[in-house]
Amino acid sequence: MKVNTELTTTKRVLMCGNEALAEAAIIAGVDAYFGYPITPQNEIPAYMAKRMPEEGRVFVQSESELAAINMIFGAAATGKRAMTSSSSPGISLMQEGISYLAGAELPAVIVNVMRGGPGLGNIAASQSDYFQATRGGGHGDYRTIVLAPASAQEMADVMPLAFDLADQYRMPVMILADGLLGQMMEPVLLEKKEKRKLPPKDWALTGAKDRPQNIVRSLWLKEGVLEKLNEKLQARYAQIAENEVLCEQYKVEDSDIVLIAYGISARIVKSAVTKARKEGIKAGWIRPVTLWPFPSEQISKAAEELRIFLTVELSCGQMVEDVKLAVAGKSPVLFFGRTGGGVPTVDDVLNQIRQLTIKHKS
Amino acid sequence: MKTVFKRTPTYKDVPTHYCPGCGHGIAHRLLAEVIDELDIRDRTIGIAPVGCAVLEYDYIDVDMVEVAHGRAPAVATGMKRTNPDKIIFSYQGDGDLASIGAGEILHAGHRGEQITVIFINNAVYGMTGGQMAPTTMLNQVTTTTPKGRNAVEQGYPMQVCELLAVLPGTIYIERCAMSNPAAIKNAKKALRHAFELQVEGAQGMSLVEILSPCPTYWRMNPPDAMAWIDREMVKAFPLGKIK
Repeated sequence: MKVNTELTTTKRVLMCGNEALAEAAIIAGVDAYFGYPITPQNEIPAYMAKRMPEEGRVFVQSESELAAINMIFGAAATGKRAMTSSSSPGISLMQEGISYLAGAELPAVIVNVMRGGPGLGNIAASQSDYFQATRGGGHGDYRTIVLAPASAQEMADVMPLAFDLADQYRMPVMILADGLLGQMMEPVLLEKKEKRKLPPKDWALTGAKDRPQNIVRSLWLKEGVLEKLNEKLQARYAQIAENEVLCEQYKVEDSDIVLIAYGISARIVKSAVTKARKEGIKAGWIRPVTLWPFPSEQISKAAEELRIFLTVELSCGQMVEDVKLAVAGKSPVLFFGRTGGGVPTVDDVLNQIRQLTIKHKS
Repeated sequence: MKTVFKRTPTYKDVPTHYCPGCGHGIAHRLLAEVIDELDIRDRTIGIAPVGCAVLEYDYIDVDMVEVAHGRAPAVATGMKRTNPDKIIFSYQGDGDLASIGAGEILHAGHRGEQITVIFINNAVYGMTGGQMAPTTMLNQVTTTTPKGRNAVEQGYPMQVCELLAVLPGTIYIERCAMSNPAAIKNAKKALRHAFELQVEGAQGMSLVEILSPCPTYWRMNPPDAMAWIDREMVKAFPLGKIK
């Protein structure tokens, strides 16, 4: 049997989500980390400040989130794997740079460990940046791939995927986590994953040695050129929507009520559905792992039969709009959530399930 | 016949989009000459700003990136830190570097990034149609200072070189001008020195400020614009090696 020696260097450790993500990024070959302090993601820069120099790689604490995203822009333009992490207010500041990354077709990974908003909000876990993350966030016709881990293990697991997706499609990829996932400690198995087969970065700025000049740009003044670029990006986005949707589901076909949740909310929902099943309620769940591309097809398929859809989020209701688009009026779509740092308990969600299913039957 | 002057290879043989009498064309040529003289074309990466020089890559034949307004020093940081063997320069105007990008240039200098910054000061926002820049002279009329810049309301012309010179992370700072042949020759020397420092691996940032004519938005003909630099601009922006 052929043994992959790289895969044998696995280790199982107790880590918080933020540190698991940071170590996984290092294993995935990140060349440079640039970031600015903000709670609740400070474990990531602290971890990187120690580990990146040990690996002979680059760590810079930037003077602002604006600078951090542009440092990534610079490193990415030379073909390096670069990342930053921040939390909601800081991610708002990065939107200019994310739009430029999208326009210049540069791969980069941006981690948002969400906290409550709007404004300075608070430092508790929240999921209220869904609109910003899945709609592009900055100016212009673009998308970012958005991955939503739901455990410390998945904080690690999404990193190699994020870098591969960024490189494959030459675009920014966002990890949308939250303060709970970032802070809580769980056992994590860290392992080196095989890279996808990726296209060569022949567009990178490496010095015009024995080749014509390379230019990385997002300004297209001549009539029709920007429209062509946007059409090219849209075609790429369509390809991603076709090939890269990730979601999990549980007992959807045999259910009267389907709960839709991502990230930490999905953990609560899973427990509530398990409890509901024990009470004889036919409940199931769908958990989007990619928030863009959204698992519309899977939800649409579930809506072919009349059942209740209940979206659970740590927000005032954002993903619920995508669920409604997917359900397209075929079934009722309801929302339950808490905001501003509030987190529903398993029993809170279970009560919602009970009430809705009783109402549905009567 | 003996050739006494020819185009340097890194300066592309194309007409530029710049207005008659603009200083960008001269500064571009000096930059290209320095790159060729130091033989660093194949390991140089340039950063074009938002502003009139955004299309610089159409004229200077090195690998180049175009970046968001003011962010060039952060982009340069990302490039140089991950590619210490490459020669990284940014080319920025006064609105870009001294206004919206004041934070980025200050902190790149503060960290002592090993990059070369070419700072074009023409005392006005050119690309957007002649608004006040941080470097606009007192009493200078622009579209946003229709009665002339007034120190009480709009502050004084910002002296970027002097500000940056106090930072330990900056190693060489000189102010030059595109206003007469002697000044232009001196600017070439300054640019060459700023690049040589990076090639040698000197620890810190170098910056060359170039006072550059904008006849269009100064509402002058090109000779008068050049004369205005020597007569007026140098009063707020004295020429010479600052550090």
